[in-house]
Amino acid sequence: MTDIIATLAPQLEHLEKEPYYHPIGDEVALFEAAYARRLPVLLKGPTGCGKTRFVEYMAWRLKRPLATVACHDDLTTADLIGRYLIVGDETVWVDGPLTAAVRAGAICYLDEIVEARKDTTVVIHPLADSRRLLAVDKRGELLSAPDDFMLVISYNPGYQSVLKEIKPSTRQRFVALDFDYPEPAVEAAIVAREGGVDADTARRLVKLAELTRNLKGAGLDEGASTRLLVHAGQLIGAGVAPATACTAAVARALSDDPDMTGSLDDLVHAVF
Amino acid sequence: MAPGREERPGGGGTRRLSAASLEERLDEVLFAAQSRRTTTDLARNLADLPRVQQDMVLHWTEVATQTYAEVAWLLPKLAPRAVGLLDAEHFGTWVLSALDAYDRVGAREAMQTLRAVEAYAASLERVAVAVDFGQEEMRLSRLLQGLSGRPLGLRAGVSAWTDTETLYLPARMDLLPTADENRRLYKATTALLWAQTRHGTFGSADLDLESALSRFPDRERALEWLAVLEAVRLEAVIADELPGLAAEIQALRGPWPDALMPLVPRLHRPDATLADSLALLEHCADTEAPALPHCGRLDPAAALAVRSERIARDIQVLRKALAVMKAAGCMKPGGDEEPLVTAQGAGDAPAQVKIEGDLQALPPEGRAAARSLVQDLGEIPPECLVPAGPGLYDPEARPRQAEEKDEPVPPPACDYRYDEWDYHRHAYRKLWCHLYEHEVREGDSNYVPEVKQRYAGLIAQIRRRFEALRGETRMLGRQPDGEEIDVDAQVEARSDRKSGVEPSSRLFCRRVRHDRSLAAMFMVDMSGSTRGWINDAEREALVMLCEALESLGDAYAIYGFSGWTRTRCDIYRIKDFGQAYDERVKQRIAAIEAKDYTRMGVAVRHLTAILLQQPARHRLLITLSDGRPDDFGDEYRGQYGIEDTRRALQEAHAQGVRGYCVTLDRHGADYLRHMYGPAGYTVLDDVKKLPLKVADIYRRLAT
Repeated sequence: MTDIIATLAPQLEHLEKEPYYHPIGDEVALFEAAYARRLPVLLKGPTGCGKTRFVEYMAWRLKRPLATVACHDDLTTADLIGRYLIVGDETVWVDGPLTAAVRAGAICYLDEIVEARKDTTVVIHPLADSRRLLAVDKRGELLSAPDDFMLVISYNPGYQSVLKEIKPSTRQRFVALDFDYPEPAVEAAIVAREGGVDADTARRLVKLAELTRNLKGAGLDEGASTRLLVHAGQLIGAGVAPATACTAAVARALSDDPDMTGSLDDLVHAVF
Repeated sequence: MAPGREERPGGGGTRRLSAASLEERLDEVLFAAQSRRTTTDLARNLADLPRVQQDMVLHWTEVATQTYAEVAWLLPKLAPRAVGLLDAEHFGTWVLSALDAYDRVGAREAMQTLRAVEAYAASLERVAVAVDFGQEEMRLSRLLQGLSGRPLGLRAGVSAWTDTETLYLPARMDLLPTADENRRLYKATTALLWAQTRHGTFGSADLDLESALSRFPDRERALEWLAVLEAVRLEAVIADELPGLAAEIQALRGPWPDALMPLVPRLHRPDATLADSLALLEHCADTEAPALPHCGRLDPAAALAVRSERIARDIQVLRKALAVMKAAGCMKPGGDEEPLVTAQGAGDAPAQVKIEGDLQALPPEGRAAARSLVQDLGEIPPECLVPAGPGLYDPEARPRQAEEKDEPVPPPACDYRYDEWDYHRHAYRKLWCHLYEHEVREGDSNYVPEVKQRYAGLIAQIRRRFEALRGETRMLGRQPDGEEIDVDAQVEARSDRKSGVEPSSRLFCRRVRHDRSLAAMFMVDMSGSTRGWINDAEREALVMLCEALESLGDAYAIYGFSGWTRTRCDIYRIKDFGQAYDERVKQRIAAIEAKDYTRMGVAVRHLTAILLQQPARHRLLITLSDGRPDDFGDEYRGQYGIEDTRRALQEAHAQGVRGYCVTLDRHGADYLRHMYGPAGYTVLDDVKKLPLKVADIYRRLAT
């Protein structure tokens, strides 16, 4: 019985090994200060620029377990807080990731919060201000978050869609950290380290990213992210020819439009 | 079919036609009997061709007869020669080109075209390898955009050159033997021209190209040489950043011509500049310049004119940006002396300026201007870092102070400022309109009840109709998962289990909402021209709408707009999205009154911004109006206002807001179509119909 519940309950991630993260500005100090003052944090930035990795790194650094929720438009309050399940002959309460994180004093990371339904995001409001409370209505429970609990949310302000905006009432509860793609030299170091490629290849991959980022708004919604560069680097490390690796990991990943992928191929071939 | 027997032409057979049956067939096609000519020779001519080609010739002869008989007579004569040169497809295009020439020019031209079959075949070979600029334009312009630097235009021209703002490429590229190579040549030429603008071919702050060139007696030859030398130098620059592209260029151009070999090492040094090219030019300007396929030509006169104009413009923009920062309080108020401003930023991207020791980020247009200056001059000249004074020439504004003198003195600070579209200039006037948001003071509390009484029957009807449209939340039982346990299913499962039946696992309820998710903004014209009947009709219409929308449950807001010149655009809040349709809203509807003018664009922009804050899937901006955009004393009256409003509606559309207009202006059809699009407006011919119609119009729009 307890075994079943254990498998149903959300798993908190305990990071034993230091995740690789290259600080870009003062985000680590800011995050630590926010943690010390029990303030929730909002991470803004384009996709694949290192937001999730940063949270993992900070969880490791602060020695807190981490509960990550990838938000989607069907995410209900119950998905965050918990629900009754029927196991065998009884109803059993199972905590959702948010409740579990509050109980354990963990860091709860809601990734791409704008994807979640608006009525779901409001449940974090009492947790995200000075009250630091989580109401578990179905159990009639009111949890007070321990000092080492921290709420982190992220979103990508670059989305064109007008529907995907974060409500001011949500946004204004958070300390906001801006993320962007790092400076070329730093990004090259990251790509070299994570992608396992030499410095010259990393430099070229970053150059390619720069070229594609210049195309943003001209048919591309986003330029190549650091993550895509790392993928390309890993393929190159596995023995794939650089141009082929970039075509697969960058050009094809950015667009389906044949004209656009043709142009992206041109850029790939300009660099490799 | 018996062997040896001849087939009828066109019968679909495979056997060769004999001269006799060809003759018979040609007579038929060419109406030979009437023209008293004989087809015997023609038939003999075709007799040796394979059947497929015979059929082809007969077919095209028949086609040609329809246009011009002489062409048709000539065709079988030339056919044996043509089939040796052309395949079936091009045989057809050859005939068609002759018929086309007949249509365009006349019989002579048609016959000539047909006779020149060898020339046609030769041109085909070139056509097969030629690449048109049009085919490549999209790709090249994306490549150009990907390469960093100032935005560059791309256009077809006679030869390849650049004026530093537009790259001109030949309309057709057929220098190289294959299409693929010609395509690459386009790319290589584009890259080289880009590098010319990006890496200082047209001089820098301390190197004037024109005076350097004046030393050479034969300017044409010097320019040819310089283009080549720069191509060598820039290839190394490209190779540093874009090795793949450089390799491609290298493959296209082949090894350097002998004349260049001794010069290459100096030009390929990492610190080589235009000065090195000019120094080498001294030694070689009296010989013939070698040819490189991709190097294009240089036109320093045109390029330098464009360049100096741009530099002047960039300096103004930068100084203006600094002035705005100063005015915005980024710079400390102090004595008369100019604040110390120094540019910060590594290499070619100064994004910040240091003002009295504080780092300040430049606004985007200032940053672009700074970047462009660095690209042109290699540095930002110190005189640019002085903020513009109040009397500075403003490239954004035309002289129009005289008109504006009559304007009322603007109140101290406005709530919002919006850009306005100037169609003359094809650009925005930045922060042109000053917008004030007012609360409408409550009016007569009896007004709405009176209207409701008067239209009681209609309102009841509207409510019923709209209630039927309302979306509802439903609870779905017996789901595999959901927010709650389905007690019925649970009880059933238990009894199933007791009686030994496999219980169902669908034990949950799930809430499903049929969400309309629609937000509507009503923008009510409160200009002076609505005084009287129209104003009454607008207010009554709003009462109807509120009743309808209350029963529907859509989010809606009502704002009025009016104004008096660009410095006083007024928005009157009657009902906010968050507000309930309560006593105060009703009294405000009663208090809507005619005010001043109709500067519509700014109202559309402001209300769109409010509408966009609504978390709805569909957003509607509905204007109730009585006429065209209009404002006091400036050019907003007329086309300017229409174009600005149209632009504002386009901006709204791009952000997912659908505009709709209900108007009483019977002459509105001409401009409304232009502003809102063909399906974006309704013209009511009678004011009194507005209250009756508006709910219906909304229903049509929102369901």
